[in-house]
Amino acid sequence: METKPIRGEQRAFMTGNEVIAWAALAAGAEVMYGYPITPQSEIMHYWARLAPRYGRRFLQTEDELAAGFTTLGAVLAGEVAFTATAGPGNVLMQEPLSMAEMMRLPAVVIIAQRGGPSTGTVIYSQQEFNLTCYGGNGEGLRIVYSPSHHQELFDYTLKAFHTAWKYRFPTFILGDGYQSKMREPVTLYDPAERGLEVAPSRPLVGVPGTPGRDRPPVHLRNTYNLEEELYEALQETIEAYDRAAPEIAEWEAYRAEDAEYLVVAHGVVARAAREGVRLLRDAGIRAGAFRPITLRPFPQKELREMASRAKTVLVMESSYGQLEREIRAQLYGLTVPLKGYRRPGVGITPEEVVREVQKYATRSAAPDA
Amino acid sequence: MLPARLPQMPEVWRLESKPHKFCPGCGHGIVLKCLGEAVEELGLVDRTVFACDIGCSLLAWDFFNLDTVQTHHGRTLPVLAGLKRVRPELVVVAYMGDGGAYAIGAQHLVASAGRDDPVTVIVVNNTVYAMTGGQMAPTTLPEEKTETTPYGRRVEENGPSLRGPELVASIASPGAYVARGSVARVRQLKGFIKKGLRAQVEGGHLAFIEALSTCPTNWRTNARETWRFLEEKMHKHFPLGEYAPAQAVREEGGGAQPPRKS
Ligand SMILES: Cc1ncc(C[n+]2csc(CCOP(=O)(O)OP(=O)(O)O)c2C)c(N)n1
Ligand code: SF4
Ligand SMILES: [Mg+2]
Repeated sequence: METKPIRGEQRAFMTGNEVIAWAALAAGAEVMYGYPITPQSEIMHYWARLAPRYGRRFLQTEDELAAGFTTLGAVLAGEVAFTATAGPGNVLMQEPLSMAEMMRLPAVVIIAQRGGPSTGTVIYSQQEFNLTCYGGNGEGLRIVYSPSHHQELFDYTLKAFHTAWKYRFPTFILGDGYQSKMREPVTLYDPAERGLEVAPSRPLVGVPGTPGRDRPPVHLRNTYNLEEELYEALQETIEAYDRAAPEIAEWEAYRAEDAEYLVVAHGVVARAAREGVRLLRDAGIRAGAFRPITLRPFPQKELREMASRAKTVLVMESSYGQLEREIRAQLYGLTVPLKGYRRPGVGITPEEVVREVQKYATRSAAPDA
Repeated sequence: MLPARLPQMPEVWRLESKPHKFCPGCGHGIVLKCLGEAVEELGLVDRTVFACDIGCSLLAWDFFNLDTVQTHHGRTLPVLAGLKRVRPELVVVAYMGDGGAYAIGAQHLVASAGRDDPVTVIVVNNTVYAMTGGQMAPTTLPEEKTETTPYGRRVEENGPSLRGPELVASIASPGAYVARGSVARVRQLKGFIKKGLRAQVEGGHLAFIEALSTCPTNWRTNARETWRFLEEKMHKHFPLGEYAPAQAVREEGGGAQPPRKS
């Protein structure tokens, strides 16, 4: 049986869903459990076709609760495992993921955002920001990557498996329907060939030796009797998260060093922001773009530095203020005015970025402004 | 008569967590004793993973000298189904209440039975949601009073009391093992659990054992009334015995499947 899905560097032109399936294979994921939902279903389709060739496994479960919980079962058994979902499926996925958060289970979940609330559209949005970053009845102790093009879908899906197992927090790739369905060029590679670190997986239960005789039994729980007991357990997890955060947080800036108008966006909207900034610069407007690559943990320090030098910060998103609220919290205490451009469930073009920034740029350029 | 030197607890019971946390007169301890002995007698201690639901079963999270995972209400079965698929050499036991199995986790039970997942499922049927203070469960008997059926369960409103093994048997595959025992018939219950472990280990099949159990706390019954409710009311409504999977019966050309008494 072939074990290495990718040898050498492979140039390809494929959809985001296909890219993700290849990345999971290249990362050494052993199993995917999933439930169909647009726009992620093709991740399962590709995986179901490819997996048997490389001795990997797949199961279509009865719903997303089961997809999540079976994934946790595989993780408990020590296997690298993942699932993928979207929209209403992401809502159901929060239950297993809150268990993963509590018990430090490194499950990897791919989210292909679609319009919401409810069944919304099957197309696109950035409305699953809150749910993915802070869903469940917990504290958002998860890692969330927001890639913005296909090469990053590949790179960060690979990385998600590594980060999840290294730090033992549930880890999300927050994609969207555009990224899922669009075709783009991408280079596929094997992480080992590039010398990239892949954290090893290990079983949490079913470890060698007779429990109670050769070793203590492993007893994993998520229920506590006393307030203090829960507080203590949680404190440990929170400290681990805070310690890891600076190592995990990633961001990207484009011409932001001297920017008077700083556009903040994530995911595909960050592509429009970048292109918009390029056009604005050509027109003599000192615009720049900042993009959090990790939404959890958030790259706060870098954003604050750049924002504090700007005249206006403009948050642009395909949701109604979900990112803006986060940015407001991250920038709390700075005096720079913060504006929002909210297009729930709708894409954003570079022309809109130019138009929106110009509103503020024109105003401040007016003689008596 | 038990021989005098027989240890009171199975070795696999974890002394550090005893006395256990169930109420006096609770049936959970009896079921767990049967399970502990069965696992030991079959020599499976080394490779058994035990998982408990949320419900009074959660109190068993540190009960055994077995690797144990506490899951969510109704979700024990998918956790173990996912685990077993990637580590087939392990023996997995899902321990849950009737609410977890037949209400909030019903879709998982149906799916696991449909897939014939090699998991041994033990459902403790005490006819109520015990942990949350005695509300109606799918298994609550007609006319039985609970916190949410204070005037008794009305069949017209809530439907009849659900019979789990019969449900599972109607969709289980040939080779699957389905039975209903009772904490009032300990030897039989232990035998069912042993067969259920064997079905997983030797046959690679699903095993489903419902254990009729007691909850004096929520039933608000004294010892005599507790036992009477179990043996008179519950045994009558929920027949004890083994249930042949309907798929097997159908393949043999049979029709409906009466319980095979053992
Ligand atoms: C999603 C969810 N809903 C509700 C609960 C509250 N809850 C905890 S235990 C329980 C019922 C338990 O009943 P059963 O499964 O019959 O177990 P028993 O306590 O009777 O042994 C409920 C509703 C929960 N923990 N999770
Ligand atoms: S409430 Fe009922 S089921 Fe729960 S431990 Fe007490 S007696 Fe047992
Ligand atoms: Mg119950």
